[in-house]
Amino acid sequence: MGSFENRFEPNVLTTTVDRVVNWARRSSVWPMTFGLACCAIEMMAVGASHYDLDRFGAGAFRATPRQADLMIVAGTVTFKMAELIKRLYEQMPDPKYVIAMGACATGGGPYYKYGYHVVKGVDRVVPVDVYIAGCPPRPEALIDGLMALQAKIDRANFMRKDAAARAVPVGGSA
Amino acid sequence: MEFEQLANRLAEICPGAIVEKVDLDNPDKPTKDPYVVVAADRIVEVMDKLQTDADLRFDCLLSIGGVDYPDVMPKAKKGQPEPELIPGRFEVVYHMLSTIKNHRFVLKVLLPHDDEPVCPTVSNVYSAANWHERETWDLMGIRFEGHPDLRRILCCEDWVGHPLRKDYVFPKEYHGISAE
Repeated sequence: MGSFENRFEPNVLTTTVDRVVNWARRSSVWPMTFGLACCAIEMMAVGASHYDLDRFGAGAFRATPRQADLMIVAGTVTFKMAELIKRLYEQMPDPKYVIAMGACATGGGPYYKYGYHVVKGVDRVVPVDVYIAGCPPRPEALIDGLMALQAKIDRANFMRKDAAARAVPVGGSA
Repeated sequence: MEFEQLANRLAEICPGAIVEKVDLDNPDKPTKDPYVVVAADRIVEVMDKLQTDADLRFDCLLSIGGVDYPDVMPKAKKGQPEPELIPGRFEVVYHMLSTIKNHRFVLKVLLPHDDEPVCPTVSNVYSAANWHERETWDLMGIRFEGHPDLRRILCCEDWVGHPLRKDYVFPKEYHGISAE
C-alpha cells in the first residue's frame, strides 16, 4: 500500500471494479411483475411484509421489462404464453437474469406427461440462471434461490469476461 | 320440481323432443344423476321452452360440455358395406338451473362419430352458451351450427386438433419449441 499511503482523504476504500459492479448489481436485482400460476401467489407472499424481499434489494417489482433485471418465471409455462415470455425476456436490458420457480417452470412439473399445452421447462424458451424445486416452493426456497442468484452475480467477472468464474456452479465454493 | 316432473313437463310442451329419459328406473343404465337425451335438431326449441315456460323458468345455463366415448363406434365387418354412423360417440351436456324455481336439470345431445360433429347452437337463447360452445369446439371439436363467433378460446389460434378427444395426437413441437 506504500504508493497509496497519505495520498487520499480519510475513509477511502480501495477495491476492484468487478467487486463494485457486482455489489451494485447484486444489491438491486429488480424483478419483473409477472406471474403465471400458483407459484406467483408464493412469489407475492415473498414480496409482502412477512418475508420482505426488499431486505435483499429485490423487492422493487417493476411493471415493465425495460426496468427489470430479473424475471421470476413463477408458474406453468404454456405454449401460448411461451412466445410472450420470450418477447418479455428480450425486452429486458442487460444484464438480465431468469429464475425458474417451481416444478412447472423447471421441467413441466405434473404436466410433463399428459399436458399437451405445457412447455417442458422454461429453459427451452429463455436461458435460466437458477432453478428452484417445489410445487410451489416455500417462500424461504425462493429467497434461497435469490441468494444463489446473488452469489452467482458476485462471481461474475465484469472486466475479464474470459474468466472461468462464470462456470462455477451455484452452491459451490465461490 | 323434481326430475320426473320436469321431464314430464318438458315432454308435454315439446312433444317428441325427448329421445330417452335416463334415471334410476331406466332398465339399461340406471343412474342417480338423471338426465334426458334430446334430439339434436330440437335442442334450440327445447332450450327456448325451458327458459320461457312458466313452470320451468330455467334462467341460468350453468355449463355446456362435451364428452368423447370412442368405443361407441359401429364395427366394420369384412365384405360388408360401411356401417351407418350411430349417434353416441360424442355427447354435448347442458346443465340448467332455475334460480326462480330452485330446480336443476341436465340434458344431453348425442352426436355420431365424425371429424366435426355438428350440433345447433343455443347461444341465441342463452348468451352464456357463447363461450361454453367455443370451449367445447376448441377442446372437443364439436361444431356448433349458427354460432356467431366459433373461434378457439383456450388453445392458440393456430393449434392443430382438439386436445380432449381420446384420439388426439400430441404435438411434437410448437413454433420451434420441442414438446418431447
